[in-house]
Amino acid sequence: MAERAQPLGATGAIGIAAAAAIPVLILLATVAIIRVAEPGNGLTQADWAAIRFTLWQAFLSATFSVALAVPVARALARRRFPGRGALVTLLGAPFLLPVIVAIFGLLAVFGRGGLVNAGLGMLGLPQISIYGLHGVLLAHVFFNLPLATRLILQGWQEIPSERFRLAASLGMDASAVNRHLEWPMLRQVMPGTALVIFVICTMSFAVALTLGGGPRATTVELAIYQALRFEFDLDRAAFLSLIQLAITVFLALLAYRVLRHPGFAPGLDRPLMRWDGRTPALRLLDGVLILFAALFLLVPIASALVRGLPEVIGLPQAVWVSAIRSLCVAGASTVIVVALSVVMALAATRLKSQGGWIETAGLTALAASPLVLGTGLFVLIHPVANPEALALPVTALVNAFVTLPFALRSLVPACRAIESEYGRLADSLDLQGWARLWLVVLPRLRRPLGFSAGLAAALSMGDLGVIALFADPDTATLPLQVYRLMGAYRMEEAGGAAVLLLALSFGVFWMLDRGARRADA
Amino acid sequence: MRIPCLGAGLVLAAGAATAGDLPELTVITYDSFVSDWGPGPAVEAAFEETCKCDLNFVAAGDGAALLARVKLEGKRSEVDIVLGIDTNLTAEAAATGLFAPHGGTVAGLDVPVAWEDRTFLPYDWGYFAFVHDTSLERVPQSFEELADSDVSIVIQDPRSSTPGLGLLLWVKAAYGDRAMEIWSALADNVVTVTPGWSEAYGMFLEGEADMVLSYTTSPAYHLIAEGDASKAAAPFAEGHYMQVEVAGKLASTDQPELADRFLAFMLTDAFQAVIPTTNWMYPAAIPDGGLPDGFETLIQPAKPLLLSAAEARAARGPALDEWLNALSR
Amino acid sequence: MRDVLTLERIAYRRKDFALHAEGSVKGPGIVAVIGPSGGGKSTLMSLIAGFELPDEGRVYWNGTDVTKLAPGERPVAVLFQDNNLFPHLDAATNVALGASPRARPRPAAKRRAAEALAAVGLGGMGARMPGELSGGQQSRVALARAFLTDRPLVLMDEAFSALGPALRLEMLTLVKSLLADKTVLMVTHDPEDARRVARQTIFVEDGLVRAAEDTGDLFANPHGALARYLA
Repeated sequence: MAERAQPLGATGAIGIAAAAAIPVLILLATVAIIRVAEPGNGLTQADWAAIRFTLWQAFLSATFSVALAVPVARALARRRFPGRGALVTLLGAPFLLPVIVAIFGLLAVFGRGGLVNAGLGMLGLPQISIYGLHGVLLAHVFFNLPLATRLILQGWQEIPSERFRLAASLGMDASAVNRHLEWPMLRQVMPGTALVIFVICTMSFAVALTLGGGPRATTVELAIYQALRFEFDLDRAAFLSLIQLAITVFLALLAYRVLRHPGFAPGLDRPLMRWDGRTPALRLLDGVLILFAALFLLVPIASALVRGLPEVIGLPQAVWVSAIRSLCVAGASTVIVVALSVVMALAATRLKSQGGWIETAGLTALAASPLVLGTGLFVLIHPVANPEALALPVTALVNAFVTLPFALRSLVPACRAIESEYGRLADSLDLQGWARLWLVVLPRLRRPLGFSAGLAAALSMGDLGVIALFADPDTATLPLQVYRLMGAYRMEEAGGAAVLLLALSFGVFWMLDRGARRADA
Repeated sequence: MRIPCLGAGLVLAAGAATAGDLPELTVITYDSFVSDWGPGPAVEAAFEETCKCDLNFVAAGDGAALLARVKLEGKRSEVDIVLGIDTNLTAEAAATGLFAPHGGTVAGLDVPVAWEDRTFLPYDWGYFAFVHDTSLERVPQSFEELADSDVSIVIQDPRSSTPGLGLLLWVKAAYGDRAMEIWSALADNVVTVTPGWSEAYGMFLEGEADMVLSYTTSPAYHLIAEGDASKAAAPFAEGHYMQVEVAGKLASTDQPELADRFLAFMLTDAFQAVIPTTNWMYPAAIPDGGLPDGFETLIQPAKPLLLSAAEARAARGPALDEWLNALSR
Repeated sequence: MRDVLTLERIAYRRKDFALHAEGSVKGPGIVAVIGPSGGGKSTLMSLIAGFELPDEGRVYWNGTDVTKLAPGERPVAVLFQDNNLFPHLDAATNVALGASPRARPRPAAKRRAAEALAAVGLGGMGARMPGELSGGQQSRVALARAFLTDRPLVLMDEAFSALGPALRLEMLTLVKSLLADKTVLMVTHDPEDARRVARQTIFVEDGLVRAAEDTGDLFANPHGALARYLA
């Protein structure tokens, strides 16, 4: 059936304006760089090799992350066990880790002196090396499996429980449930999830180089860094960033064309019980999957914790002050993300099949090189104001932009579902504007919104972002302090500060995500 | 709780309130210089005691980022002094035309090479070296021995790190046309290449490699700050490439006199005495009190290597191509 | 008794389906809409409610053209087959939305909601969440809201089809007494429902909406298509 043309409304208009502002700001920043650039030498062969490697590893990382996330999410969706909720939240932790902490956590497990090699050594087996493309993929899957699992699990939770009841009453087995209920949902959820992960991985810099084992693993972001810092070839940096952006936009539009509205009718919020998959074999399979995912994701974090925890108490005051500063930045980012993502998700819902543009606009924030964005903002701000003075507000804003795509990926499908389930009822009751937002949209959006807000807060806590470019000695954020401690040989204290960072990031995520889920129960 | 939060919101107002009537000198430097564990806080306190001014540090990543930042700001910069680029980048910096001659004396410098630069003044220096644990058996004594051994190393990327660039020029200065050959032979010793010094050094401490590219002074940190004598630098027969860190005055400064006073202060004891145990480098003018206890245990390379600023600038591009070719196989 | 709802040369075309409607409905009272499934009953409801717009023709309510109005601006209350209640709001709030679609219902609206709930036999159950109510009770809550609104036209799209025969009859009786001053358009798949409560009946088949006829007359002398449908 055809759709009735819907009025956009004030929220929709604001959403579209916000969505448009992001690419506009990015282009402004890029143009600002090109304007001050002296004519450069153009792209080298090495740059093209970096582009190829970047796309290839990002493609593989996204594929593996999503392919592994599906069985893990399914296992979590159809099992109930004590502590399941806590585990689901905990499994999100790697995504929130600052890159440097994650690298050292992974090395503690898979490195030359790590647990795995120690185990192999005891068994007299040959050692494994983490360095190479496989190491890059391992790290990217470690980072992104949690995100993929959460987004896919959310898809499962949006299948109305009545559908599973119906399936149960029809005596469907696991494979029939898969075919009739799960596969249609996955077809909706997987492309968008893979896309977001692909884009994150194209930004990889430290992980790819460090675990890639050498200059073979050169990414575009490293080429940009080199162009900006060592060669001052601004043209080349801007051009590389634009290529990256163009590829992302192209893929995003392709992906959102593939995505269609989920055809699920709504449910009545009954707790989900599953009757399929009660065979012992499937139970065992799910149990093993959950166990392996938990070990893979949590052991590296645990090792970082074990090492850093004793240092936390003795951390210098400067570190604690930065921690508070980081919390403030995270708070500001979260407010911006929540406001922006809700109006943008509503606009995307109103625009129906054209809504992919909104998400694509959001994705550009993630696809633009942070180095180029930061440098561009610097060029823009420098003539008008002291960039150091604006360090924290700019950081909060940029961190918010960077988190926006995750929030949108979570909110847009939820908003669409609300519209398809309750849109007509709300229309017929003349629930519009603020009342509709307050009575219908926000309460039904609580879960994904809590998740998004938690993600925004945590990522903003841990993100080094543009702060490094604007840094003022007196406004160092916690991640910057971790790097400063490392730069001053104080690796142990850095480990302690990293644990503090991890605890705070995860704490705010837990508070917002679990808080929203509990309130929903 | 409230102060940093307010700071986050009202930095502008706060910034306006601090300056007062005192003249302001802005020094841009790399991030680790101004950190709470670097020389910055002590230097600031010491200079402000005598200068009747407000010394304002601005941090910008590492040495390379520093130069990029100055170029970006160009003539409109409010920065008076740039502190922290090394001689591998000074030719690049001088070519911008943004710097003014220091006009100071270079007599009495304790740097192992003759100093003739009229634009930049050194404030500290060090030798690059491979640092290892003393438990390492058969420590290689040269690049060739290292390449022949199965000792593993972790190094920094010359495209993103100043030590990485230093290593590149070390091999070039020591081996000239044979550099490519040396890098090809070293390829199987390189565990991985990190974007910066911190990652590499951290990985070495975690046992990911037998040796790490750092400085001859690195063992001093472990000895002095941690009482740990288990780290040593390997003396290489080819000689050791130096990193000389310098400061220069921007031509656009609105405080030329104050800037000159800072450059002069930079080579006095008040500044120089802080360097060894905060920056973990050799001071460019050894203070009256000498070097801290523990520095005497460090290896003294017989042959300092350093390409002139112009040579370094010319060598960088070709050397980088060789490095990429050798390690990308 | 006069013509309240008038459909003027309505045409609605989609890829593999077209609907044509013409004619008037008298109110107040219950009007049944019957016909084979896929014939266009639900589309007709959507066109009147404003969820769909016709390609041609007009919809009049009491002589006023409402064709272009948004669903919420029409004099129409809707009871769907399911999803009539917001599952995260309690019964009283769901009903109070019928009085005013404000973010926070006024005390007066809450009081009226309680009265409406009492009228459908759910007195004192205002604090229950929809998930805690039986199917019949959920239907009653939705009915209470329709009762509370000042919207004179109520569309029921197989609203009670999920209920058992006895319960459905009970609900129909309740509709008849409770919504006596409103015009109710009731889609049903059971002609027996029409015979029981509907004064007029509209027969819809193959995208053609016939004029409303007196239910007694229609069932006494079914014409060709209706006879086939009833057979």
